[in-house]
Amino acid sequence: MAVPRKSNIQIIDGNQAAAIAAKLSRVQVIAAYPITPQTPLTEQLSLFVEDGELKAEYVAVESEHSAMAVCTSASLVGARTFTATSSHGLAYMHEMLHWAAGARLPIVMACVNRAIGAPWNVLNDQQDSISQRDTGWIQIYCRNNQEVMDSVIQAYRIAEQVYVPVMICYDGYILSHTEMPVDVPDQEDVDKYLLPYKPHTILDPANPKNYNLVTLANPRVGVDGKLCHGYMELRYLLQEALQDCPKTIIEAGDEFNRVFGRDYSRLFWEDRNEDAEITIVAMGSLAMEAIVAADMLREQGFNVGVLGLRVFRPFPKADVVRALRKSKLIVVFDKNISYGSEGATCSEIKSALYGTYINAAVRNFIVGLGGRDVKARELVEATKRAIASLKETVINPDYPEWICRI
Amino acid sequence: MKANAVTLTDKEWILPGNRTCPGCALSLAYRHILKALEGQCIVTVPASCATVLHGMYPITAVNVPCVNTPFASTGASATGLVAGLKALGRKGLTVLAFAGDGGTHDIGIQSLSGAAERQMDFIYVCYDNEGYMNTGNQRSGSTPLGAVSGTTPLLGKQQYQKDMTAIMEAHGVPYVATCSASYPLDLYEKVKKARTIEGTRFIHVHTPCPPGWLFPFSDTIKIGELAVETGLVILYEIEDNIFRLTSASESMASKGTPLRPLREYFLQQGRFKTITEEQIDELQEWVNTRWKQCLHRATHA
Repeated sequence: MAVPRKSNIQIIDGNQAAAIAAKLSRVQVIAAYPITPQTPLTEQLSLFVEDGELKAEYVAVESEHSAMAVCTSASLVGARTFTATSSHGLAYMHEMLHWAAGARLPIVMACVNRAIGAPWNVLNDQQDSISQRDTGWIQIYCRNNQEVMDSVIQAYRIAEQVYVPVMICYDGYILSHTEMPVDVPDQEDVDKYLLPYKPHTILDPANPKNYNLVTLANPRVGVDGKLCHGYMELRYLLQEALQDCPKTIIEAGDEFNRVFGRDYSRLFWEDRNEDAEITIVAMGSLAMEAIVAADMLREQGFNVGVLGLRVFRPFPKADVVRALRKSKLIVVFDKNISYGSEGATCSEIKSALYGTYINAAVRNFIVGLGGRDVKARELVEATKRAIASLKETVINPDYPEWICRI
Repeated sequence: MKANAVTLTDKEWILPGNRTCPGCALSLAYRHILKALEGQCIVTVPASCATVLHGMYPITAVNVPCVNTPFASTGASATGLVAGLKALGRKGLTVLAFAGDGGTHDIGIQSLSGAAERQMDFIYVCYDNEGYMNTGNQRSGSTPLGAVSGTTPLLGKQQYQKDMTAIMEAHGVPYVATCSASYPLDLYEKVKKARTIEGTRFIHVHTPCPPGWLFPFSDTIKIGELAVETGLVILYEIEDNIFRLTSASESMASKGTPLRPLREYFLQQGRFKTITEEQIDELQEWVNTRWKQCLHRATHA
C-alpha cells in the first residue's frame, strides 16, 4: 500500500534529476570528467559541493579511466561514490568497469546514452552502454526523468546489498536535456530508504589486507590452512550475484513504493500486454514512443502491447517469457547493433524464448542511431511490415531491418 | 637525528620469502620506504614487479593495507584513497603510490600528472628499473640510450631517458627527490621528510635489476653506487623550490670528487653490449653537462 505523501514536483531535465538523486543519496566521493551530454550533471554536482549543499569530495579528474579508478579506490576505503559519463567516456572506462565489478564495489554511475564514433556524433543511441554489457555491472534503463531520479536512489540500495556496481542509463538529450515534471523525494525519506554503506573490506594498518592480488586459476591454501577461492570461483560468485540480484532489485523497488509511493516492483514495464498477440519491445525512452505506436496500432484494430525493458543486466529471462506467453509476434526495436548479428535486446529475447513453449515470430528493427529521430509512425509502419511478413514466413530473419535510407 | 644501520627500526613490513628475483633492488627500496612510514599507510600498486612481490592470493608478502590497481590508474587510485579517507574523516594515514617506470613514465603519466596538478595529498614513489622488467624486459620511456631490451633487441635504444623528476618538478609539487636503492638511508630520510609534507610528493628511486640489466645478482648495490659515482644518477631533493644535493652526490660535490667514467658503468652490464663509442661519448658529455648544472643549482639555491 502506497503511503500518501506530499509531492514536490519540479520541472527538471534528466541530468538535474540524476544530480539531485546523487545528492539525496549522500554520495561522499564524486569523480567525473566532462563529456556531452553528461556535462550539466557533473557541473550541477560540483555546484552542490562548492556551495556546501552536499558534503562530498568532488574530484575533477583528467579522464574517465581515472574517474572510475578514483571511484574504485574511494569505494574500497568505504566511501559512497558516484560518477557519470557517456559514449567515448564510457568506452575509455572499459578496463576500470571490469575492475569495479571484479572487486565487487557498489559504485553507482549514470550513463547518459550517446552514440560512439567514428565518425563523431554527440546524439543519442544506446551503443555505449550496450558495449559494456559484459563487464559485470547491473544495467537499468529509464523511460523518463522520474525514473532517472528514482533509479539512482534505488541503485545504491541494490549495489550496497549485493556488492555489484550499478549503471543507470538514460537517453542523451531525449531525457538528459528535456525538462519534465519530477517528484523530488524528501531527504528524510531517502535517509530512511538508504542505509549507510558497509564496505566488504576495511583497509587499515591494524589489520592489513592486500586487495586484488594476483589470483591463480585454482583454489589455493592460505597460511592458516584454509582453502581460498581461485580466479574462477571469484568469477562464478560475480555471476551468482547477478543471477540472484533480481530479488534485491524487486525488494528495493517494493520498499521504494512503500516510502515514496511509486512502484518499481517489476524488472520491466508492460502496457496493455496481458492479452496482446503482438508485443513491441523497446528499452529506455523508446518504450514511451512504443506506447504511442501501440495506441495507433490499436486504433487500427491490431492487438498490440508493449514491453519496456528496464533491467537489462541481469536480463530477467523467466519474467520476460511469462510476459510474452500470449504473443504471436514480437517486434523488437533496438537503438544499438551487435555488428554482424542483430540488436542486443533482440538477442536477449530470442535467447529467453529458446526451449520454451512460446514459438512467436521475432522481428528486429534497428532505429535511432546517432540521434536519428524515431517517430511513432515509423514504429507503426515497421510493426505492420512485421505483421505482413508473417504471411510469407514465420521463420525469423537472420539479420535485422534498419529504419534508415538504405 | 639521521637514521643509521643501528638506529633504523627492526620492524619489517615486507616479509621474507617474497617472489622478487635475487638481488632485486625494488624490495630493498620498498622495505625502507615502509620503515620510514612505520607501516601507517595505504599503498596502491599498479601492474608491475611490485605486484609480483605482493604475492598470490590468499598469501601476501606485505604487512600494510594495499590496493592493486590497473596499470594506467595509479595516480587516480591514490586520489581515490585520499578522497575516500577524507570523506570518511579517517586521519593519520599516508597514501603511498608505488609504481614502476613503465607505470609512471609511460602508461601512468596521465593520471599522475592529473593528480599532481590537483595537488592530491599522497607520496608517489617511482621505482625505476629502466624497462618493463615484469614482462621480461621491454623498452620503456626510462630505458637508457644504448640499452638492449626485448623490443630494442639488436641496436639498443636510440633515445634518451625521460626525466620524470623534472616533469614532476614542473608540476609545482611541494617535494620531489631522487634516490637510489643503493643508498637506503638517504631514501629512508627522504620518505620520512615527505611524510610530513602536504600535497603531491614525488620520489624517484633508481633500482638496478640484475636479470634485466644483465649483471650478477650479487652486484646490485655496486651497480647502483656506480650509477651515482658516474653522475648518471644524481641524488637530490627539491623542497619548496630549494634544490639540495644529498648523500653521495652531496659529498662528491663538496669534496670535488670527479665523476667516474661512464664506460665503467656500461662495461659491467650485458644490456650495453652493443653500445657504440659515439653513444658513450655522447652520453658522457650529457652526464658532464647535467652534473655541472646540478652543482650550479646546488650552490645557487
